Amino acid sequence: MGASLSEFAETARRTDPANAGAGRQSAARTLLFSAPGVHCASCISVIEQDLGRQPGVMLARVNLSQKRVYVTVSESIDADSIRDRIVGLGFKARELEARSSASSESENAGFALLVRVGVAGFALFNVMLFSVVVWSGAEGATRSMMQWLSALIALPALAYSASPFFINAGRAMSNWRMNMDTPISLAIALASGMSLFETWQNGEHVYFDAALALTFFLLAGRYFDERTRTIARSAAEELAALEPNRAIRLDGGAETEVPVEAVRIGDLVLARPGERIPVDGVVAEGHSDLDKSFLTGESRPVPVGPNEVVAAGEMNLTGRLNIRVSAAGEETSLRKITNLVALAEQTRSKYASLASKAALVYAPTIHIAAAIAFAVWFIGTGDARVALNVAVSLLIITCPCALGLAVPAVSTAASGRLFRERALLKSPTALERLASIDIVVFDKTGTLTVTETVLADPAGHDSESFAIAAALAETSNHPYARALARHAMAMGIKSSRLEEVRERPGFGIEGRYGSKSVRLGSAGWVGVADEAGNATYLKIGDLEPIRFAFVNRMRSGASRAIRELKGMGLEVQVLSGDTAAAVEDAAARLGIDCWQSERSPAEKSEIIQELARKGQKVLMVGDGLNDTGAMAFAHASMSPASALDAARVVSDIVLLDPDLQSIPRAIKISRKAKNRILENFGVAACYNLVAIPVAFLGLATPLAAAIAMSASSISVTLNAMRLK
Amino acid sequence: MESLLFLIAATIFAGGVWLAAFFWAARSRQFSDPKGAAHRILRDDYDDKPKE
Repeated sequence: MGASLSEFAETARRTDPANAGAGRQSAARTLLFSAPGVHCASCISVIEQDLGRQPGVMLARVNLSQKRVYVTVSESIDADSIRDRIVGLGFKARELEARSSASSESENAGFALLVRVGVAGFALFNVMLFSVVVWSGAEGATRSMMQWLSALIALPALAYSASPFFINAGRAMSNWRMNMDTPISLAIALASGMSLFETWQNGEHVYFDAALALTFFLLAGRYFDERTRTIARSAAEELAALEPNRAIRLDGGAETEVPVEAVRIGDLVLARPGERIPVDGVVAEGHSDLDKSFLTGESRPVPVGPNEVVAAGEMNLTGRLNIRVSAAGEETSLRKITNLVALAEQTRSKYASLASKAALVYAPTIHIAAAIAFAVWFIGTGDARVALNVAVSLLIITCPCALGLAVPAVSTAASGRLFRERALLKSPTALERLASIDIVVFDKTGTLTVTETVLADPAGHDSESFAIAAALAETSNHPYARALARHAMAMGIKSSRLEEVRERPGFGIEGRYGSKSVRLGSAGWVGVADEAGNATYLKIGDLEPIRFAFVNRMRSGASRAIRELKGMGLEVQVLSGDTAAAVEDAAARLGIDCWQSERSPAEKSEIIQELARKGQKVLMVGDGLNDTGAMAFAHASMSPASALDAARVVSDIVLLDPDLQSIPRAIKISRKAKNRILENFGVAACYNLVAIPVAFLGLATPLAAAIAMSASSISVTLNAMRLK
Repeated sequence: MESLLFLIAATIFAGGVWLAAFFWAARSRQFSDPKGAAHRILRDDYDDKPKE
């Protein structure tokens, strides 16, 4: 887990009373649990005190911001026992594996930035105090001393705090490019070099405070940016932790729970009903129904039996399956698609952000202006020192400060706002991209609809057959059976008395009603042909089977969200892998005219690319593996929290709220945010229109620079805050 | 002028103390959980006697 956690463990060992005195030298390790339920002071107390009393636990610490529990334990303690303990206290808990090391890296990055902000701020306010002495008219030896003291504080502080700018600028320079950090680094380096020279020469103007102010404001902007992104990322990781990364391996009858990485090809793995299948493989034993909607978009559960192929990520619904592993871990089709998606993402990262476009205009302009100022003054006065002084003051006063803050201030405010709307902004440029979309393409299964099914026509069945169907359905976990049982309960139908009821996973449920045998299950099992699917059949004795048709329930707020999107002038389409009948029905209910069905994942991404070629900016909203390709090629993408891990990884924005109305809201916020960014660029430009002539005339004193810099930074930040 | 020298030394010393305190606080992860810190002061675990 990196350095910070081992430090944490170190502290734990030192502060733990049981460990400090005695010579017990057992190795400690820190376990990390995600506990999304902790929310208050007493949650902290309950968990920390209870875990602290457990033998072998050295320190338990709840992090409320991240909703995580850090537990330092001795080597002999099992992670599962601690997890069970937290669960026993009434909190949901899941161990976070080593894969979350990315988050500790970003945590360290945030920490390093914070220390830099602190050092720059500390140096700035001390140097300001010395500067005030100079501004109020100190002369001769006093001024010189103040300048030397400023240099003493400013130079080491700048070398440390501003190093990220120098490193970034150097990286861009080595590729013969310019970014926002180029003018910043040049301004800081020239200003401090020039100021040191002036101090040595007993000159009048030094710019240590200006260089520090520049560093401080810009670092603060970056810190807030980093922080909001860390929060979004750790929340996204919580979701990822809910995916199965464990499998139950059968070793000659014994069940052992092992990490998926430890499963080998040829192993036998058990998949219980209600769990996601962890590996690719072939069914060795057992029958069940699988929900493949994440992979194919098909909403109808698919029955499977021995010798049929199953894939990682499919949901096992009804029966126990023993699966012979054909691929695991990195080799599964699930992971392969994830890797493909990572590739597609790289193409999208070529998107040029507003900030980098602004830097392309701004950086050369400023550098040319400074060069001209130097040339004019050198020709005019013949004094290189005076000319350089003017050029440096121009670089400082046209400070990239406001420009550097223009985007991070807005994106911090906007992602905070989105976070309150329960939308996680994952990509830094997503706001701008989302603001410019003109067409929204929805996946159907799992996005517009939820996986829960409902009876298409609850009133169209006679109560006797409904009662028998309900009695059979009660015993099963199949989504159709659960829907039937739910409807029966809601309609007050008492289920009939049946005997010898048993489930035949993959087929249906059978039993005896009086003297007649009854069956509830798939069309083939009761002996009828059915093209439309999405139905189950009840066969009583030798009578003609009765058809119960089902539809997927619409996600709440779906139709209102679609209406709002249309009202905002956006085109809306549905692109689904499901059958034509199911898609047509859903599209009609939501008032969407343009829909396409039975599209394979490859066709989906082809369609999105085609739209992009026609110049349309697509927002793709999807949840399954079959959408990930399309989402990666879209201009911007969103996924609901219930989506598959791979889909959430690709999407720019994850919607934690099950209600789809957060989509139009997020688009509105992003449009506002883009306007704020453009306004901020306007503010910075106006300000430079005044500053450049002033500096050109040689009138930019360090005091003027300090005032101008603070004023522009604050006005830009305040404008961004209007988003809240 | 001597008083000025003394004041400057005092300022730099005070600044150094602040900087050291800041480094210590950041290093011991006191900024990693602002929300938790806000809630922790509301607990009554320590009200009557210090934690033994």
